[in-house]
Amino acid sequence: MENTTEHFEHRDDAASKLGMWLFLYTELLLFGGLFLVYSIYRFRNAEAFAECGHHLDLMVGTINTIVLLTSSMTVAMSITALQHGKKKQAIRLLIATIVCALIFMVNKYFEWHHKFEMGTYPGSPTFKSLPHGDGLFYLLYFFMTGLHAIHVIVGSIILIFVIVYIKQDKIRPDKFALHENGGLYWHLVDLIWIFLFPLFYLIH
Amino acid sequence: MSEHLSYLQDSGGRKGIFKWILSTDHKRIALLYLSILSTFFLVAMCIGLSMKLELIAPGRQIMGPQTYNQMFTLHGVIMIFIFIIPGIPAVFGNFILPLIIGAKDVAFPKLNLFSWYLYLAGTLIALSTLLVGHGPADTGWTFYAPYSIRTGTNVTLAVFAAFVLGFSSILTGLNFLTTIHRMRAPGMTWFKMPLFAWALYATSWIQLLATPVVGITLLMIMAERTFGVGLFDPALGGDPVLYQHLFWIYSHPAVYIMILPGMGVVSEIIPTFARRRIFGYRAIAYSSLAIAFIGYFVWGHHMFTSGMSGTARIVFSLMTFLVAIPSAIKVFNWVATLYKGSIDLKTPMLYILAFIFLFLIGGLTGLVNGALATDVHIHDTAFVVAHFHYVMFGGTGFTFFAAIHYWFPKIWGKMYNAKIANIAWGILFVGFNLLYFPMFILGMMGMPRRYYDYPPEFTFWNVVSTVGSWILATGIILMVVNLIRGIRSGEKAPSNPWNSLSLEWQTASPPITENFEEIPVITDEPYQYQKQ
Repeated sequence: MENTTEHFEHRDDAASKLGMWLFLYTELLLFGGLFLVYSIYRFRNAEAFAECGHHLDLMVGTINTIVLLTSSMTVAMSITALQHGKKKQAIRLLIATIVCALIFMVNKYFEWHHKFEMGTYPGSPTFKSLPHGDGLFYLLYFFMTGLHAIHVIVGSIILIFVIVYIKQDKIRPDKFALHENGGLYWHLVDLIWIFLFPLFYLIH
Repeated sequence: MSEHLSYLQDSGGRKGIFKWILSTDHKRIALLYLSILSTFFLVAMCIGLSMKLELIAPGRQIMGPQTYNQMFTLHGVIMIFIFIIPGIPAVFGNFILPLIIGAKDVAFPKLNLFSWYLYLAGTLIALSTLLVGHGPADTGWTFYAPYSIRTGTNVTLAVFAAFVLGFSSILTGLNFLTTIHRMRAPGMTWFKMPLFAWALYATSWIQLLATPVVGITLLMIMAERTFGVGLFDPALGGDPVLYQHLFWIYSHPAVYIMILPGMGVVSEIIPTFARRRIFGYRAIAYSSLAIAFIGYFVWGHHMFTSGMSGTARIVFSLMTFLVAIPSAIKVFNWVATLYKGSIDLKTPMLYILAFIFLFLIGGLTGLVNGALATDVHIHDTAFVVAHFHYVMFGGTGFTFFAAIHYWFPKIWGKMYNAKIANIAWGILFVGFNLLYFPMFILGMMGMPRRYYDYPPEFTFWNVVSTVGSWILATGIILMVVNLIRGIRSGEKAPSNPWNSLSLEWQTASPPITENFEEIPVITDEPYQYQKQ
């Protein structure tokens, strides 16, 4: 989100940051609807949800949580580094963030792949024969972690743009709104996962 | 008069259609919205006319039940998602908001253009439901489960269209909020801000915080249709009432997205044509916020007969009565502004006076719906349809027409034929009441909504209503033709034909690309008409 138009140069970093925060509110409420549906159906199918939670791979979930938390740290560090004029370090930290995102996605791939082999994915023949509570659990699991994964991908793409702009000096120690906004978005991705992880993997 | 080109002459170095579809100028984007929006309005009007024609007599006239169901769904989806929700914010908000707060553009001009492209994509997806598969959805614009899960018509596509249109609306809201926070002219404190901007501010918060909830709900409908997991369909173990809750958590605040900007227009036009300072400026500003806030907590009144606990119904009914208060405060203040004013009955003012009349009927019948005992009797009858059209068409529709007549010289720098405009207004007003008032009576008599047929005892009022629809359409066509003639060959308008004190009139008409030769400095509160 740049503040330039064809007819006047206008730059307002506070505005673009405000815009990003507003966008994050929207994102939170987008997931909010899903969290609401999750809690209602969890309340009604407590046993099935607890049972299905056992079938998720706690190890993979834990690793992914640590990976995402680390990536949030590196993105915050890269913003600080750039503001102190350490351009190379900022880029390295951003690359570390994207590597974390990749690890997260690869883990996710294997986790989902396993579910596909077991047939517990929405639309599969075995899925239709599952009890209603189990079906709901897996539908919500795929829906919510899938939507989250899309956000991970979008966030990574934004951060790749940030790296390119830092290299081109379009993002500088005196002009880093996009960098900060990319970081904010990344923290949101992290924040949502912090809620998804216990809801699906930990509560039994 | 000015050394700079007006926005209509300044092509930004582009040719042909690219002058428009690549421009990030808020004024050109506003007109892009207007072109699509008015086309769809006329299409949905024709659909409405054909539905009324079907209802001219009992039995099948021109279409069967299936077509009728698809017609009222299409009419609703177009009018709600493509016309009314974007209506005033996307057209007049885009055009006027930066001008009225003394800014050069909105905060994110590129994002603004992107919103328009999302809007365009949404309309195209909505159109595609006509062409593929089993035709347009037949569920009504509310997409109630379980029928929306089971029907073979293009619900998935229609729902996706609403999702995309919703995101366009969110981004517009985000843009306006940032603009109002950051780009007000120097000296324009919050309480020196014009009331149109206040109304858009409240609207934008609703767009931002309510729309994502319906977005995700619509995605869930798509997931359930694709994967057959019982989220909302009771046959699969789902909960249809949960869908209604999620849907109305957005869609009730959404009716305030529709009406609040219209109320902002009223607050601009009344002081201009009554030559009086607005009565109760702060009360009007705060009541916009109050409507936006309380509007979040009344959604349950759509579901009094759907199965809710007695306590929930009483709470939602109480909240519904509370939300009527800020609306009534506004009406009181507008009427108080008129009192002892020197009223000039120009076309925009006529539309506003009609608005107050129609909105009063629409608002008060809303309380009949909001009261528990009466709602059981009139729920899902023509009464609700009449109430909704009085508020939405008589409210938002009429303020939209008022706005286009008011800001017409600002936008095009020309003038329409005022005499024809007034005649069109008269026809519209008569046709409107003839069309919708009988539906109150029919609803009280017990005629249900959304049926292509009815027993013979309802015939008389249905005939009156159908005749009203013809008169209303005549008025609209006359108005549109008059406006188009004005754009093409109207007389040149002075830059401030209404002698308004508002900021948008203090620059050239049509405005130059950067709106003002010099960014104005605000020292006074708005609407200081007594000082003249």
